[in-house]
Amino acid sequence: MRNTMAIAQRELNAYFTSPIGYVLIGFFALLFGWFFYVPLAFFEQQSMQAAMNPGQAMNINQMLVGPAFMNTTVIMLLVFPLITMRTYSEEKRSGTIELLLTSPLTDLEIILGKFLGAMALYASMLAITFIHMGILFYFGNPEWKPIATGYLGLLLMGGCFLSLGLFISSLTKNQIVAAMATFAVFLMLWVINWIGTFVGPTTQAVLAHLSITEHFDDFAKGIIDTKHVIYYLSFMAFGLFLTMKSVDSERWRG
Amino acid sequence: MIEVQHLSKHYGPVTAVDDVSFRAESGEILGFLGPNGAGKTTTMRIITGYMPATEGTATVAGYDVFDQPIEAKRRTGYLPETPPLYPDMTVREYLTFVAKIKGVRKDIKGRVDEVMKRTWVADMADRHCSRLSKGYKQRVGLAQALIHKPEVLVLDEPTAGLDPKQIIESRQLIRELAGNHTIVLSTHILPEVSQTCQKVVIISKGKVVAIDTPDALTERLRGTITMFVQAQGPVEDVQRALQSLAGVVRVNLVETRDSVGNFEVDSEKGADVRRELAGAVVRGGWGLLELRPMRMSLEDIFLSLTTEESADDPGATPPPADASAAEAEVAGA
Repeated sequence: MRNTMAIAQRELNAYFTSPIGYVLIGFFALLFGWFFYVPLAFFEQQSMQAAMNPGQAMNINQMLVGPAFMNTTVIMLLVFPLITMRTYSEEKRSGTIELLLTSPLTDLEIILGKFLGAMALYASMLAITFIHMGILFYFGNPEWKPIATGYLGLLLMGGCFLSLGLFISSLTKNQIVAAMATFAVFLMLWVINWIGTFVGPTTQAVLAHLSITEHFDDFAKGIIDTKHVIYYLSFMAFGLFLTMKSVDSERWRG
Repeated sequence: MIEVQHLSKHYGPVTAVDDVSFRAESGEILGFLGPNGAGKTTTMRIITGYMPATEGTATVAGYDVFDQPIEAKRRTGYLPETPPLYPDMTVREYLTFVAKIKGVRKDIKGRVDEVMKRTWVADMADRHCSRLSKGYKQRVGLAQALIHKPEVLVLDEPTAGLDPKQIIESRQLIRELAGNHTIVLSTHILPEVSQTCQKVVIISKGKVVAIDTPDALTERLRGTITMFVQAQGPVEDVQRALQSLAGVVRVNLVETRDSVGNFEVDSEKGADVRRELAGAVVRGGWGLLELRPMRMSLEDIFLSLTTEESADDPGATPPPADASAAEAEVAGA
């Protein structure tokens, strides 16, 4: 555990001793701000109209927070390949991987450390959005529970993307290759259910189940369904398992 | 203590290390000598647990590197060919991180300071690793290998790329460390071995060609002992006289200046012809100015060993170009 934390800390520091961390967080904040502002403006307009025709129900959670969270997943799709691309590729290129692999550490400790480091960066990105939520609570009265489940869903979904990105980074020492491959796989997992109507109902159900974003809807609505939690957790475990196997096979192949 | 037994490593069809066995006792410095692509780095990577061997075993301080990797790694300090530094960390941050992952639990700060002083990098403690000169990078690499007080140190070309002053300092440090560490260092620079090591393993094309002390190796190679003779007198006569002596194989006139001739006299294995040589010169009434055995330099040993090896079985080993290309690829991985 100590070893894992030491690696996680180094990973996190590495994001902030280079411009990467600041650039990623900065642009995340910019994009989230836009994705938050657009439904906010819409909500404002709607509530003006609602004030004129009483009886129309207005729900800030459904109309503003939910869509903002859904849109966050778009940012993740674009930003996460940039977070994970360097995790292994960089160590392989610079030779520091030799330090890690000849230290008294297990592969799992190294991988978990890298995963937690990336998660910590992601969590600090999400922390920026507390400002936006704070504004809502200051001027309005949203429900806090669906917001909390939304954050939980984002964390779980982010974990899936990060574990997969880690795996892809462990396959190459070229960061550009890692980033592009990660982006392609993320996008594929995202749109895998678009084939929808052209395949049989069984295949359609399977594909819908595979889609990473499909599982997020319930979280955004304030529902914690164990089905989705287990999907995300097992996805993460699988991604980390693949990374372990990849690092191990690299060792044997030299 | 390091013990390597029948170690082999294949990369697909290429054999990088072929049945290598050797042993380094506690407190000993073992030099690993061989041309580039001989399999030095691969062997060291196996000893340090970076990669597993195809066949054979390696034991560090009594722990098998494959079966008990954590225990073995805890007792090994490793300086790879390129020091594994994180460019965005300062020297102090870097060494603190390494101390943590190497299992130093108590007084990390004190240990980091101690090691920095030991390797003369204390004045660069707060500089980023990316801004260090090659010499400092190498020393931080050494500091990193020492931080957890390992019993065994594995140093891959520790003096490569340093300037002459730094090389002398590094060798000095390595010799000092030998007291409480077992050290394996690889090099393709020959004087380094005679200056620092107690034992030499010469490796070529993945195979061990010779294991011995630098002195014994020199001795062994003096199959025919060569004497240097400087005599004053008619050179042809002197040469003829020396040639006629029993036990002398060949007399080679190297240089003549005025009436002084420099000769190299090869004698039969085991025969000491110094007395006869002196006697012959004196009997002829000439002046004997100098008579001394010529020791073969390690450089010559190295060359003769490695060329001998390839002369022995020309078809058995892959062509050197292939082997070195494979090694380069491996080193880059």
